[in-house]
Amino acid sequence: MPESAQRERPPAAAAAAPLLAVRELQAWYGESHILHGVSFDVAPGEVVTLLGRNGAGKTTTLKSIMGVVPRRSGSIVFEGAETIGLPSNRIARLGLAWCPEERGIFSSLDVEENLMLPPKVRDGGLSVEQIYALFPNLAERRGSQGTKLSGGEQQMLAIGRILRTGARLLLLDEPTEGLAPVIVQQIGRTIVKLKAQGFTILLVEQNFHFAATVADRHCVMEHGRIVDVIANAELDANMPKLHKYLGV
Amino acid sequence: MQALFGQLLIGLINGAFYAMLSLGLAIIFGLLNIINFTHGAQYMMGAFCAWFLLRYAHVGGWHPGYWSSLVIAPVVVGAVGIVIERTMLKRLYNLDHLYGLLLTFGLALVIQGVFRNSFGSSGMPYEIPSLLAGGVNLGFMYLPIYRAWVIVASLAICIATWYVIERTKLGSYLRAATENPTLVQAFGINVPLMITLTFGFGVGLAALAGVMAAPIYQVNPLMGADLIIVVFAVVVIGGMGSIMGAILTGFGLGVVEGLTKYFYAEASTTVIFVIMVVVLMIKPAGLFGREH
Repeated sequence: MPESAQRERPPAAAAAAPLLAVRELQAWYGESHILHGVSFDVAPGEVVTLLGRNGAGKTTTLKSIMGVVPRRSGSIVFEGAETIGLPSNRIARLGLAWCPEERGIFSSLDVEENLMLPPKVRDGGLSVEQIYALFPNLAERRGSQGTKLSGGEQQMLAIGRILRTGARLLLLDEPTEGLAPVIVQQIGRTIVKLKAQGFTILLVEQNFHFAATVADRHCVMEHGRIVDVIANAELDANMPKLHKYLGV
Repeated sequence: MQALFGQLLIGLINGAFYAMLSLGLAIIFGLLNIINFTHGAQYMMGAFCAWFLLRYAHVGGWHPGYWSSLVIAPVVVGAVGIVIERTMLKRLYNLDHLYGLLLTFGLALVIQGVFRNSFGSSGMPYEIPSLLAGGVNLGFMYLPIYRAWVIVASLAICIATWYVIERTKLGSYLRAATENPTLVQAFGINVPLMITLTFGFGVGLAALAGVMAAPIYQVNPLMGADLIIVVFAVVVIGGMGSIMGAILTGFGLGVVEGLTKYFYAEASTTVIFVIMVVVLMIKPAGLFGREH
Protein backbone atom coordinates (compact mmCIF):
# COMPACT_ATOMS: atom_id res chain seq x y z
CA MET A 1 0.00 0.00 0.00
CA PRO A 2 1.44 3.42 -0.87
CA GLU A 3 2.38 5.52 2.06
CA SER A 4 -0.11 8.29 1.33
CA ALA A 5 -2.98 5.83 1.41
CA GLN A 6 -1.81 4.63 4.79
CA ARG A 7 -1.85 8.14 6.14
CA GLU A 8 -5.41 8.62 4.95
CA ARG A 9 -6.74 5.83 7.08
CA PRO A 10 -8.98 7.01 9.87
CA PRO A 11 -6.72 7.91 12.77
CA ALA A 12 -8.87 5.93 15.15
CA ALA A 13 -7.71 2.71 13.53
CA ALA A 14 -6.35 0.44 16.20
CA ALA A 15 -3.32 -0.46 14.10
CA ALA A 16 -1.70 2.98 14.50
CA ALA A 17 0.76 3.22 17.37
CA PRO A 18 -1.05 5.05 20.17
CA LEU A 19 0.04 8.59 20.98
CA LEU A 20 -0.87 7.93 24.58
CA ALA A 21 -1.02 4.52 26.23
CA VAL A 22 -2.26 4.32 29.82
CA ARG A 23 -1.88 0.97 31.62
CA GLU A 24 -2.99 -0.04 35.10
CA LEU A 25 -2.89 3.55 36.30
CA GLN A 26 -3.50 3.96 40.01
CA ALA A 27 -3.62 7.24 41.89
CA TRP A 28 -4.03 8.39 45.47
CA TYR A 29 -4.85 11.61 47.30
CA GLY A 30 -3.39 11.03 50.73
CA GLU A 31 -5.17 7.95 52.06
CA SER A 32 -7.88 7.88 49.43
CA HIS A 33 -7.27 5.53 46.56
CA ILE A 34 -8.95 7.17 43.56
CA LEU A 35 -7.85 5.26 40.45
CA HIS A 36 -7.81 1.46 40.56
CA GLY A 37 -6.06 0.44 37.35
CA VAL A 38 -7.12 2.65 34.44
CA SER A 39 -6.07 1.41 30.99
CA PHE A 40 -6.81 2.97 27.60
CA ASP A 41 -5.13 4.25 24.44
CA VAL A 42 -5.47 7.44 22.45
CA ALA A 43 -4.41 7.29 18.81
CA PRO A 44 -2.83 10.29 17.06
CA GLY A 45 -5.49 12.72 15.80
CA GLU A 46 -8.26 11.13 17.81
CA VAL A 47 -10.75 12.87 20.10
CA VAL A 48 -11.49 10.59 23.05
CA THR A 49 -13.77 11.41 25.95
CA LEU A 50 -13.79 10.16 29.50
CA LEU A 51 -17.43 9.92 30.54
CA GLY A 52 -18.75 9.04 33.95
CA ARG A 53 -20.52 10.25 37.03
CA ASN A 54 -19.09 12.65 39.54
CA GLY A 55 -16.29 11.02 41.47
CA ALA A 56 -15.64 8.27 38.89
CA GLY A 57 -12.03 9.44 38.51
CA LYS A 58 -12.13 11.35 35.20
CA THR A 59 -10.41 14.50 36.45
CA THR A 60 -7.92 12.45 38.46
CA THR A 61 -7.06 10.51 35.30
CA LEU A 62 -6.20 13.74 33.47
CA LYS A 63 -4.25 15.02 36.44
CA SER A 64 -2.35 11.74 36.71
CA ILE A 65 -1.40 11.90 33.03
CA MET A 66 -0.17 15.47 33.61
CA GLY A 67 1.71 14.39 36.75
CA VAL A 68 -0.02 16.70 39.22
CA VAL A 69 -1.42 14.13 41.66
CA PRO A 70 0.54 13.45 44.85
CA ARG A 71 1.00 9.72 44.18
CA ARG A 72 0.45 7.52 41.14
CA SER A 73 1.66 4.20 39.76
CA GLY A 74 1.26 2.10 36.65
CA SER A 75 2.38 3.19 33.20
CA ILE A 76 1.69 6.24 31.05
CA VAL A 77 3.54 6.14 27.73
CA PHE A 78 3.45 9.23 25.51
CA GLU A 79 4.99 8.83 22.03
CA GLY A 80 6.89 5.82 23.28
CA ALA A 81 8.32 7.58 26.37
CA GLU A 82 7.37 6.43 29.86
CA THR A 83 6.26 9.43 31.93
CA ILE A 84 5.08 7.89 35.20
CA GLY A 85 8.25 8.90 37.06
CA LEU A 86 8.55 12.42 35.62
CA PRO A 87 7.60 15.72 37.31
CA SER A 88 4.84 17.66 35.56
CA ASN A 89 7.16 20.25 34.01
CA ARG A 90 9.08 17.49 32.20
CA ILE A 91 5.84 15.86 31.07
CA ALA A 92 4.62 19.16 29.62
CA ARG A 93 7.86 19.51 27.68
CA LEU A 94 7.13 16.21 25.89
CA GLY A 95 4.11 17.84 24.24
CA LEU A 96 1.10 17.43 26.53
CA ALA A 97 -0.97 20.36 27.69
CA TRP A 98 -3.67 20.54 30.31
CA CYS A 99 -6.70 22.79 30.58
CA PRO A 100 -7.93 22.29 34.16
CA GLU A 101 -11.56 22.15 35.21
CA GLU A 102 -11.26 25.36 37.24
CA ARG A 103 -9.63 26.95 34.14
CA GLY A 104 -6.73 28.40 36.12
CA ILE A 105 -6.78 31.92 34.71
CA PHE A 106 -4.28 34.08 36.60
CA SER A 107 -5.77 37.22 38.13
CA SER A 108 -2.43 39.01 38.41
CA LEU A 109 -1.85 38.62 34.64
CA ASP A 110 -3.74 40.34 31.85
CA VAL A 111 -5.30 38.36 29.00
CA GLU A 112 -2.26 38.60 26.76
CA GLU A 113 0.12 37.64 29.57
CA ASN A 114 -2.11 34.65 30.38
CA LEU A 115 -2.04 33.68 26.72
CA MET A 116 1.74 34.00 26.48
CA LEU A 117 2.48 32.30 29.79
CA PRO A 118 2.89 28.62 28.82
CA PRO A 119 6.31 28.23 27.23
CA LYS A 120 6.63 26.76 23.73
CA VAL A 121 7.53 23.11 24.08
CA ARG A 122 7.67 22.31 20.37
CA ASP A 123 7.29 23.88 16.96
CA GLY A 124 3.96 23.80 15.23
CA GLY A 125 1.77 25.58 17.74
CA LEU A 126 -0.76 28.18 16.70
CA SER A 127 0.38 31.77 16.44
CA VAL A 128 -1.19 34.40 18.66
CA GLU A 129 -3.03 35.78 15.60
CA GLN A 130 -4.46 32.33 14.85
CA ILE A 131 -5.65 32.02 18.45
CA TYR A 132 -7.26 35.45 18.33
CA ALA A 133 -8.90 34.46 15.03
CA LEU A 134 -10.27 31.35 16.73
CA PHE A 135 -11.52 33.36 19.73
CA PRO A 136 -12.17 36.95 18.59
CA ASN A 137 -13.48 37.91 22.06
CA LEU A 138 -9.99 37.46 23.47
CA ALA A 139 -8.44 39.89 20.99
CA GLU A 140 -10.86 42.61 22.08
CA ARG A 141 -10.02 42.08 25.71
CA ARG A 142 -6.29 41.43 25.51
CA GLY A 143 -5.46 44.17 28.04
CA SER A 144 -8.06 43.14 30.63
CA GLN A 145 -7.21 41.40 33.86
CA GLY A 146 -7.55 37.66 33.26
CA THR A 147 -10.22 37.01 35.84
CA LYS A 148 -12.38 39.98 34.73
CA LEU A 149 -13.46 37.94 31.68
CA SER A 150 -16.79 36.13 31.54
CA GLY A 151 -16.81 32.41 32.24
CA GLY A 152 -16.96 31.62 28.52
CA GLU A 153 -14.11 33.97 27.69
CA GLN A 154 -12.02 32.50 30.50
CA GLN A 155 -12.61 29.05 29.05
CA MET A 156 -11.53 30.26 25.61
CA LEU A 157 -8.42 31.77 27.17
CA ALA A 158 -7.66 28.55 29.04
CA ILE A 159 -7.92 26.55 25.79
CA GLY A 160 -6.27 29.23 23.66
CA ARG A 161 -3.12 29.49 25.72
CA ILE A 162 -2.28 25.79 25.40
CA LEU A 163 -2.60 25.92 21.60
CA ARG A 164 0.44 28.19 21.32
CA THR A 165 2.82 25.73 22.95
CA GLY A 166 3.06 23.19 20.17
CA ALA A 167 1.65 20.45 22.41
CA ARG A 168 0.04 17.71 20.33
CA LEU A 169 -2.12 16.15 23.03
CA LEU A 170 -4.62 18.42 24.76
CA LEU A 171 -6.21 17.32 28.02
CA LEU A 172 -9.45 19.29 28.40
CA ASP A 173 -11.32 18.97 31.67
CA GLU A 174 -15.04 19.79 31.29
CA PRO A 175 -14.58 22.77 29.00
CA THR A 176 -18.36 23.29 28.72
CA GLU A 177 -19.17 23.22 32.41
CA GLY A 178 -21.44 26.06 33.48
CA LEU A 179 -21.43 27.80 30.10
CA ALA A 180 -24.32 29.12 28.03
CA PRO A 181 -25.43 26.89 25.14
CA VAL A 182 -24.16 29.31 22.49
CA ILE A 183 -20.68 29.25 24.08
CA VAL A 184 -20.83 25.46 24.35
CA GLN A 185 -21.49 25.34 20.60
CA GLN A 186 -18.54 27.62 19.93
CA ILE A 187 -16.26 25.42 22.01
CA GLY A 188 -17.60 22.37 20.19
CA ARG A 189 -16.79 23.95 16.81
CA THR A 190 -13.33 24.81 18.11
CA ILE A 191 -12.65 21.23 19.14
CA VAL A 192 -13.72 20.01 15.71
CA LYS A 193 -11.39 22.58 14.07
CA LEU A 194 -8.50 21.56 16.31
CA LYS A 195 -9.04 17.91 15.43
CA ALA A 196 -8.97 18.85 11.75
CA GLN A 197 -5.64 20.57 12.35
CA GLY A 198 -4.23 17.33 13.74
CA PHE A 199 -4.49 17.93 17.47
CA THR A 200 -5.23 14.89 19.62
CA ILE A 201 -7.69 15.57 22.40
CA LEU A 202 -8.60 13.75 25.58
CA LEU A 203 -11.79 15.31 26.88
CA VAL A 204 -13.48 14.89 30.23
CA GLU A 205 -17.21 15.49 29.96
CA GLN A 206 -20.36 15.12 32.00
CA ASN A 207 -22.47 16.29 29.08
CA PHE A 208 -22.43 13.36 26.69
CA HIS A 209 -24.77 15.04 24.23
CA PHE A 210 -21.95 17.53 23.73
CA ALA A 211 -19.34 14.76 23.73
CA ALA A 212 -21.21 12.94 20.98
CA THR A 213 -20.84 15.94 18.65
CA VAL A 214 -17.05 16.05 18.83
CA ALA A 215 -15.60 12.68 19.84
CA ASP A 216 -14.44 9.54 18.03
CA ARG A 217 -14.63 7.30 21.06
CA HIS A 218 -15.95 7.36 24.59
CA CYS A 219 -14.31 5.68 27.57
CA VAL A 220 -16.80 5.20 30.37
CA MET A 221 -15.40 5.38 33.88
CA GLU A 222 -16.84 3.99 37.07
CA HIS A 223 -15.18 3.74 40.50
CA GLY A 224 -11.71 4.57 39.21
CA ARG A 225 -11.72 2.17 36.26
CA ILE A 226 -12.61 2.22 32.58
CA VAL A 227 -15.64 -0.06 32.38
CA ASP A 228 -16.56 0.34 28.72
CA VAL A 229 -15.34 1.86 25.47
CA ILE A 230 -17.94 2.91 22.92
CA ALA A 231 -17.16 4.20 19.42
CA ASN A 232 -19.09 7.37 18.64
CA ALA A 233 -20.68 5.68 15.62
CA GLU A 234 -22.16 3.03 17.90
CA LEU A 235 -23.43 5.50 20.43
CA ASP A 236 -27.10 5.20 19.47
CA ALA A 237 -27.05 1.43 19.78
CA ASN A 238 -25.46 1.70 23.20
CA MET A 239 -27.71 4.41 24.55
CA PRO A 240 -29.53 2.26 27.14
CA LYS A 241 -26.20 1.02 28.50
CA LEU A 242 -24.81 4.53 28.62
CA HIS A 243 -27.86 5.83 30.44
CA LYS A 244 -27.33 3.17 33.03
CA TYR A 245 -23.61 4.10 33.45
CA LEU A 246 -24.26 7.78 33.70
CA GLY A 247 -27.46 7.53 35.67
CA VAL A 248 -29.23 10.11 33.52
CA MET B 1 14.52 73.98 59.72
CA GLN B 2 17.93 72.28 59.56
CA ALA B 3 16.71 69.77 62.11
CA LEU B 4 13.54 69.01 60.16
CA PHE B 5 15.45 68.27 56.96
CA GLY B 6 17.96 66.28 58.95
CA GLN B 7 15.20 64.08 60.36
CA LEU B 8 13.58 63.79 56.94
CA LEU B 9 16.89 62.53 55.53
CA ILE B 10 17.27 60.00 58.35
CA GLY B 11 13.67 58.97 57.69
CA LEU B 12 14.38 58.44 54.00
CA ILE B 13 17.51 56.41 54.83
CA ASN B 14 15.60 54.19 57.23
CA GLY B 15 12.80 54.00 54.66
CA ALA B 16 15.29 52.82 52.03
CA PHE B 17 16.22 49.88 54.24
CA TYR B 18 12.62 49.17 55.20
CA ALA B 19 11.72 49.13 51.51
CA MET B 20 14.53 46.81 50.42
CA LEU B 21 13.91 44.39 53.26
CA SER B 22 10.13 44.34 53.04
CA LEU B 23 10.39 43.90 49.26
CA GLY B 24 12.40 40.70 49.75
CA LEU B 25 9.98 39.49 52.42
CA ALA B 26 7.01 40.18 50.16
CA ILE B 27 8.50 38.27 47.22
CA ILE B 28 9.43 35.32 49.41
CA PHE B 29 6.05 35.22 51.10
CA GLY B 30 4.28 35.45 47.75
CA LEU B 31 5.96 32.45 46.18
CA LEU B 32 7.04 30.30 49.13
CA ASN B 33 4.28 31.10 51.61
CA ILE B 34 7.05 31.41 54.17
CA ILE B 35 7.28 34.32 56.58
CA ASN B 36 11.03 34.61 56.57
CA PHE B 37 12.05 35.61 60.06
CA THR B 38 15.69 34.96 59.15
CA HIS B 39 15.59 38.05 56.97
CA GLY B 40 17.10 40.33 59.62
CA ALA B 41 19.91 37.87 60.31
CA GLN B 42 20.58 37.64 56.58
CA TYR B 43 20.78 41.44 56.39
CA MET B 44 23.30 41.31 59.22
CA MET B 45 25.24 38.54 57.43
CA GLY B 46 25.48 40.82 54.39
CA ALA B 47 27.04 43.55 56.51
CA PHE B 48 29.41 41.07 58.14
CA CYS B 49 30.37 39.65 54.78
CA ALA B 50 31.36 43.16 53.62
CA TRP B 51 33.28 43.79 56.85
CA PHE B 52 35.04 40.44 56.58
CA LEU B 53 36.03 41.03 52.96
CA LEU B 54 37.43 44.47 53.79
CA ARG B 55 39.29 43.23 56.83
CA TYR B 56 40.69 39.85 55.89
CA ALA B 57 40.28 38.96 52.25
CA HIS B 58 43.29 39.18 49.99
CA VAL B 59 43.20 37.59 46.58
CA GLY B 60 46.66 38.07 45.16
CA GLY B 61 47.12 41.83 45.32
CA TRP B 62 43.35 42.49 45.30
CA HIS B 63 41.51 43.62 48.42
CA PRO B 64 37.78 43.41 47.92
CA GLY B 65 36.31 46.62 49.31
CA TYR B 66 32.86 48.15 49.42
CA TRP B 67 32.11 47.97 45.71
CA SER B 68 33.04 44.31 45.33
CA SER B 69 31.09 43.57 48.51
CA LEU B 70 27.93 44.92 46.89
CA VAL B 71 28.19 41.95 44.53
CA ILE B 72 29.97 39.30 46.61
CA ALA B 73 27.91 39.58 49.82
CA PRO B 74 24.48 39.10 48.17
CA VAL B 75 25.82 36.13 46.22
CA VAL B 76 27.40 34.47 49.28
CA VAL B 77 24.47 35.12 51.63
CA GLY B 78 21.98 34.26 48.86
CA ALA B 79 23.79 30.94 48.39
CA VAL B 80 23.51 30.23 52.12
CA GLY B 81 19.81 31.03 51.78
CA ILE B 82 19.50 28.55 48.91
CA VAL B 83 21.05 25.84 51.06
CA ILE B 84 18.53 26.63 53.81
CA GLU B 85 15.66 26.48 51.30
CA ARG B 86 16.81 23.19 49.74
CA THR B 87 17.52 21.41 53.01
CA MET B 88 14.86 22.80 55.35
CA LEU B 89 12.19 25.15 54.01
CA LYS B 90 11.15 22.88 51.15
CA ARG B 91 9.83 20.36 53.66
CA LEU B 92 7.40 22.93 55.03
CA TYR B 93 5.53 24.13 51.94
CA ASN B 94 2.49 21.95 52.52
CA LEU B 95 2.21 22.89 56.18
CA ASP B 96 0.73 25.86 57.98
CA HIS B 97 2.56 29.24 57.84
CA LEU B 98 3.37 28.81 61.49
CA TYR B 99 5.95 26.09 60.83
CA GLY B 100 7.94 28.22 58.41
CA LEU B 101 7.76 31.12 60.82
CA LEU B 102 9.01 29.01 63.73
CA LEU B 103 11.82 27.46 61.72
CA THR B 104 13.09 30.76 60.34
CA PHE B 105 12.73 32.43 63.74
CA GLY B 106 14.83 29.67 65.31
CA LEU B 107 17.40 29.94 62.55
CA ALA B 108 17.64 33.70 63.09
CA LEU B 109 18.34 33.13 66.81
CA VAL B 110 20.98 30.52 66.00
CA ILE B 111 22.73 32.69 63.41
CA GLN B 112 22.67 35.79 65.62
CA GLY B 113 23.91 33.75 68.57
CA VAL B 114 26.83 32.35 66.60
CA PHE B 115 27.83 35.81 65.36
CA ARG B 116 27.53 37.34 68.83
CA ASN B 117 29.68 34.59 70.28
CA SER B 118 32.34 35.11 67.66
CA PHE B 119 32.34 38.89 67.33
CA GLY B 120 30.81 40.27 70.54
CA SER B 121 27.94 42.72 70.41
CA SER B 122 29.74 46.04 70.53
CA GLY B 123 29.76 46.56 66.79
CA MET B 124 32.56 47.07 64.31
CA PRO B 125 33.08 50.27 62.34
CA TYR B 126 32.99 50.12 58.56
CA GLU B 127 34.43 53.05 56.70
CA ILE B 128 32.53 54.93 54.06
CA PRO B 129 34.19 54.19 50.69
CA SER B 130 36.43 57.08 49.69
CA LEU B 131 34.46 57.78 46.51
CA LEU B 132 31.34 58.52 48.56
CA ALA B 133 32.97 60.26 51.51
CA GLY B 134 32.21 63.85 52.43
CA GLY B 135 29.07 65.81 51.72
CA VAL B 136 27.60 68.83 50.04
CA ASN B 137 26.01 71.90 51.55
CA LEU B 138 22.62 72.34 49.93
CA GLY B 139 22.08 75.70 51.61
CA PHE B 140 19.18 74.51 53.76
CA MET B 141 21.04 71.43 54.97
CA TYR B 142 24.25 69.43 54.81
CA LEU B 143 23.86 66.25 52.73
CA PRO B 144 26.38 63.45 53.28
CA ILE B 145 27.07 61.92 49.87
CA TYR B 146 26.96 58.34 51.15
CA ARG B 147 23.43 58.83 52.48
CA ALA B 148 22.28 60.30 49.21
CA TRP B 149 23.81 57.29 47.46
CA VAL B 150 21.92 54.86 49.71
CA ILE B 151 18.59 56.52 48.94
CA VAL B 152 19.19 56.65 45.19
CA ALA B 153 20.65 53.14 44.97
CA SER B 154 17.91 51.49 46.99
CA LEU B 155 15.24 53.33 45.04
CA ALA B 156 16.84 52.07 41.81
CA ILE B 157 17.02 48.52 43.14
CA CYS B 158 13.39 48.59 44.27
CA ILE B 159 12.14 49.99 40.95
CA ALA B 160 14.23 47.49 38.96
CA THR B 161 12.82 44.63 41.02
CA TRP B 162 9.28 45.93 40.60
CA TYR B 163 9.84 46.24 36.84
CA VAL B 164 11.14 42.70 36.49
CA ILE B 165 8.23 41.24 38.44
CA GLU B 166 5.40 43.32 36.99
CA ARG B 167 6.52 43.94 33.43
CA THR B 168 8.63 41.06 32.14
CA LYS B 169 8.03 37.50 31.03
CA LEU B 170 10.10 36.15 33.92
CA GLY B 171 7.96 38.21 36.28
CA SER B 172 4.77 36.82 34.76
CA TYR B 173 6.01 33.30 35.62
CA LEU B 174 6.65 34.50 39.16
CA ARG B 175 3.24 36.15 39.52
CA ALA B 176 1.48 33.14 38.03
CA ALA B 177 3.38 30.69 40.23
CA THR B 178 2.46 32.79 43.26
CA GLU B 179 -1.19 32.18 42.39
CA ASN B 180 -1.12 28.58 41.17
CA PRO B 181 2.28 26.83 41.24
CA THR B 182 0.84 23.45 40.23
CA LEU B 183 -0.57 24.76 36.97
CA VAL B 184 2.54 26.79 36.11
CA GLN B 185 4.65 23.68 36.60
CA ALA B 186 2.24 21.68 34.44
CA PHE B 187 2.91 24.20 31.65
CA GLY B 188 6.53 23.07 31.66
CA ILE B 189 8.16 25.55 34.05
CA ASN B 190 10.55 24.19 36.64
CA VAL B 191 8.72 25.74 39.60
CA PRO B 192 10.82 24.14 42.38
CA LEU B 193 13.94 25.68 40.81
CA MET B 194 12.17 29.02 40.50
CA ILE B 195 11.20 28.88 44.18
CA THR B 196 14.80 28.19 45.19
CA LEU B 197 16.18 31.02 43.07
CA THR B 198 13.49 33.43 44.27
CA PHE B 199 14.38 32.70 47.87
CA GLY B 200 18.06 33.20 47.01
CA PHE B 201 17.19 36.52 45.37
CA GLY B 202 15.11 37.78 48.31
CA VAL B 203 17.87 36.82 50.74
CA GLY B 204 20.48 38.41 48.46
CA LEU B 205 18.45 41.61 48.56
CA ALA B 206 18.60 41.57 52.36
CA ALA B 207 22.37 41.04 52.23
CA LEU B 208 22.73 43.92 49.77
CA ALA B 209 20.83 46.16 52.16
CA GLY B 210 23.19 44.95 54.88
CA VAL B 211 26.28 45.99 52.89
CA MET B 212 24.77 49.40 52.23
CA ALA B 213 23.90 49.76 55.90
CA ALA B 214 27.39 48.84 57.17
CA PRO B 215 28.94 52.34 56.85
CA ILE B 216 25.88 53.98 58.43
CA TYR B 217 24.93 51.77 61.37
CA GLN B 218 28.20 49.89 62.05
CA VAL B 219 28.40 46.11 61.78
CA ASN B 220 26.70 44.41 64.71
CA PRO B 221 25.34 40.87 65.19
CA LEU B 222 22.00 42.27 66.36
CA MET B 223 21.61 44.99 63.74
CA GLY B 224 19.02 42.90 61.91
CA ALA B 225 17.12 41.77 64.99
CA ASP B 226 16.19 45.36 65.84
CA LEU B 227 15.29 46.25 62.30
CA ILE B 228 13.26 43.19 61.34
CA ILE B 229 10.48 43.90 63.83
CA VAL B 230 9.84 47.29 62.23
CA VAL B 231 10.12 45.75 58.77
CA PHE B 232 7.44 43.21 59.61
CA ALA B 233 5.19 46.06 60.71
CA VAL B 234 5.92 47.72 57.36
CA VAL B 235 4.97 44.55 55.51
CA VAL B 236 1.75 44.20 57.48
CA ILE B 237 0.82 47.84 56.76
CA GLY B 238 1.65 47.56 53.07
CA GLY B 239 -0.02 44.20 52.62
CA MET B 240 1.74 40.83 52.34
CA GLY B 241 2.64 39.90 48.82
CA SER B 242 2.30 43.33 47.18
CA ILE B 243 5.55 44.48 45.55
CA MET B 244 4.73 48.15 44.98
CA GLY B 245 3.00 48.21 48.36
CA ALA B 246 6.20 47.06 50.09
CA ILE B 247 8.30 49.73 48.37
CA LEU B 248 5.94 52.67 48.93
CA THR B 249 5.14 51.70 52.49
CA GLY B 250 8.83 51.24 53.28
CA PHE B 251 9.84 54.70 52.15
CA GLY B 252 6.63 56.30 53.41
CA LEU B 253 6.91 54.92 56.92
CA GLY B 254 10.58 55.87 57.10
CA VAL B 255 9.55 59.46 56.39
CA VAL B 256 6.67 59.31 58.86
CA GLU B 257 9.08 58.06 61.49
CA GLY B 258 11.54 60.87 60.71
CA LEU B 259 8.83 63.51 60.90
CA THR B 260 7.60 62.12 64.20
CA LYS B 261 11.13 62.41 65.54
CA TYR B 262 11.04 66.10 64.71
CA PHE B 263 7.54 66.95 65.93
CA TYR B 264 7.12 64.54 68.84
CA ALA B 265 10.28 62.57 69.42
CA GLU B 266 8.83 60.47 72.24
CA ALA B 267 6.48 58.70 69.80
CA SER B 268 9.04 58.06 67.06
CA THR B 269 9.72 54.43 67.95
CA THR B 270 6.06 53.52 68.35
CA VAL B 271 4.41 55.49 65.55
CA ILE B 272 4.83 52.66 63.01
CA PHE B 273 3.15 50.18 65.33
CA VAL B 274 0.30 52.58 66.01
CA ILE B 275 -0.20 52.91 62.25
CA MET B 276 -0.07 49.12 61.96
CA VAL B 277 -2.86 48.72 64.51
CA VAL B 278 -5.02 51.34 62.79
CA VAL B 279 -4.46 49.80 59.34
CA LEU B 280 -5.23 46.32 60.63
CA MET B 281 -8.52 47.56 62.05
CA ILE B 282 -9.60 49.40 58.89
CA LYS B 283 -8.03 47.30 56.12
CA PRO B 284 -6.87 43.92 57.46
CA ALA B 285 -5.22 42.95 54.17
CA GLY B 286 -2.95 46.01 54.31
CA LEU B 287 -2.98 49.24 52.32
CA PHE B 288 -2.01 47.56 49.04
CA GLY B 289 -3.00 43.98 49.82
CA ARG B 290 -5.73 42.15 47.98
CA GLU B 291 -8.57 40.83 50.09
CA HIS B 292 -9.30 37.16 49.49
